[in-house]
Amino acid sequence: MALEFSPETLKKFTATVARYPKKEAAMLPVLYLAQQEFGHLGPEAIQYVAKLMEQAPARVQGVVSFYTMYNTKPIGRHHIQVCRTLSCALRGAEQVTGFIKHKLGIECGQTTADGRFTLSEVECLASCGTAPMMQVNDDYFENLTEEKIGEILDGMK
Amino acid sequence: MEKLLLRNIGVPGSHTLATYQSRGGYASWRRVVESMKPEQLIEEVKASGLRGRGGAGFPTGMKWSFVPKDNPKPKYLVCNADESEPGTFKDRLLIEQDPHAIIEGTLIAAFAIQSHTAFIYIRGEMVFGTEQLERAAEEAYRAGLIGKNIFGSGYDLELIVHRGAGAYICGEETALLSSLEGGRGWPKVKPPFPATHGLFGCPTVVNNVETLAALAWIIERGAAAYAAMGTEKSKGTKLFSVSGHITKPGVYEVEMGYPFKKFLEEDCGGVANGKKLKGVIPGGGSMPVLKPEEIEKVNLDYESVAAAGSLLGSGGVIVMDESTCMVRAAANIARFYAHESCGQCSPCREGCHWMEKIFQRIEHGEGQKSDLDLILNISGNIMGNTICPFGDAAAMPAAAFIRKYRDEFEAHIADQRCTVRG
Repeated sequence: MALEFSPETLKKFTATVARYPKKEAAMLPVLYLAQQEFGHLGPEAIQYVAKLMEQAPARVQGVVSFYTMYNTKPIGRHHIQVCRTLSCALRGAEQVTGFIKHKLGIECGQTTADGRFTLSEVECLASCGTAPMMQVNDDYFENLTEEKIGEILDGMK
Repeated sequence: MEKLLLRNIGVPGSHTLATYQSRGGYASWRRVVESMKPEQLIEEVKASGLRGRGGAGFPTGMKWSFVPKDNPKPKYLVCNADESEPGTFKDRLLIEQDPHAIIEGTLIAAFAIQSHTAFIYIRGEMVFGTEQLERAAEEAYRAGLIGKNIFGSGYDLELIVHRGAGAYICGEETALLSSLEGGRGWPKVKPPFPATHGLFGCPTVVNNVETLAALAWIIERGAAAYAAMGTEKSKGTKLFSVSGHITKPGVYEVEMGYPFKKFLEEDCGGVANGKKLKGVIPGGGSMPVLKPEEIEKVNLDYESVAAAGSLLGSGGVIVMDESTCMVRAAANIARFYAHESCGQCSPCREGCHWMEKIFQRIEHGEGQKSDLDLILNISGNIMGNTICPFGDAAAMPAAAFIRKYRDEFEAHIADQRCTVRG
């Protein structure tokens, strides 16, 4: 069956589009809605958004691939994103990534076999004064130590 | 020094409307709507000397004055909350803890250009910040501070909090507008400038969070009070985000013209663990690094930092101690730009990756003697040859690291290994 929004999400879609001066301006928030609903933005989701937004699928694909926060493939329930840019690197970001790799037994860009975690390295998250840091899904975790990371990850089911 | 921008930070409930208003919040907004003409407001901000805090330092009142008054198209005001410059985290502090100050500034700026739709474009990763701004906007709507017929004046203004989706380039104003139009965040050629051809081809002003957060204070206390602070050309106060090898990292507000060395040693507690300073980036990852001897007489204002050969930029201060490998630091910054280049202009798209590759091979002991001049050559070919300032932002730090720490780069190449970290 082709992908489509639930009635509730469709309502959110209509309300979102209505707020903007032009429909196309709502592209980014609509893609977030689709990602939330479908888990990731695969070809079918892109087709569906293109239809809703009255845009060519290629244009939607171009937008999706431009931004780092849209996932074109399924990811784990908890997306660990370790900041690797200079301020964090000066305060041990590499050790943070190394520790997580070892603990979870995966490399960057991989997902654990149980689908619990995906590990990524990302660029500056504007949390440089509390380095090293990581973002897991929506939340920032700052001033990381190995002990702290262990507790955080163990608490995520 | 009296704090302007951080005045509400640390106050319990600072993010709520009740607390913000109990501390005088939105009084300036009321005054603007009830008793000021847009031209008067623009003149007041011009007189204050306020300059854009996103990095370029362009005079804010002048930017507003470029918006044509007789253009029949809608006008848009956009608050740039897409803070992504390496080493910069000042806007996030304001967004999370003082969202009403940003909203009030956004409303005031919108009124100055007589816009009826304003946007706050916030970085996609800042989910908590988005929630704080959305909650604050909702409160302000309910209180009649935003919406139709504000304070019974007949002036209507809508505010939309819009989340980006992860792209450093969207902090550049024309890229931000492309993104807000629902497309890839691709910068546009200037001119025409956004003031005449911005969002959907309509007159648009984009102002940084910190710039907007200063407006309520300027209206409340007057342009003269603001202009009384700072130096001749750099007025008022500025936020600095301090990170890296420093004893007390964090966000600081200082009067423009404050001595840089004193700031690092006294306000920030000096280099961490009693180590010696090796280099400091004064204005975010895009700006040339300065050596300890270069900051001796530098003050924290646009002109003084520029005279020392770097730029004040976003005020993102990254401190590096004597144990730092400068090849590694340069490679890190080069990787950032290689990752974030939007891909439109070939000098930047190709050059950033090329420079990163060379820096990495030097760090890993595979550098060649000719590599250093090659990087300088690539960097020189990027400078000034791209649509937006991103190219310069990638080229400047790369060249500065090599020019200032050339011995260290040469040692890496001669010994075929990292000579700092062993």
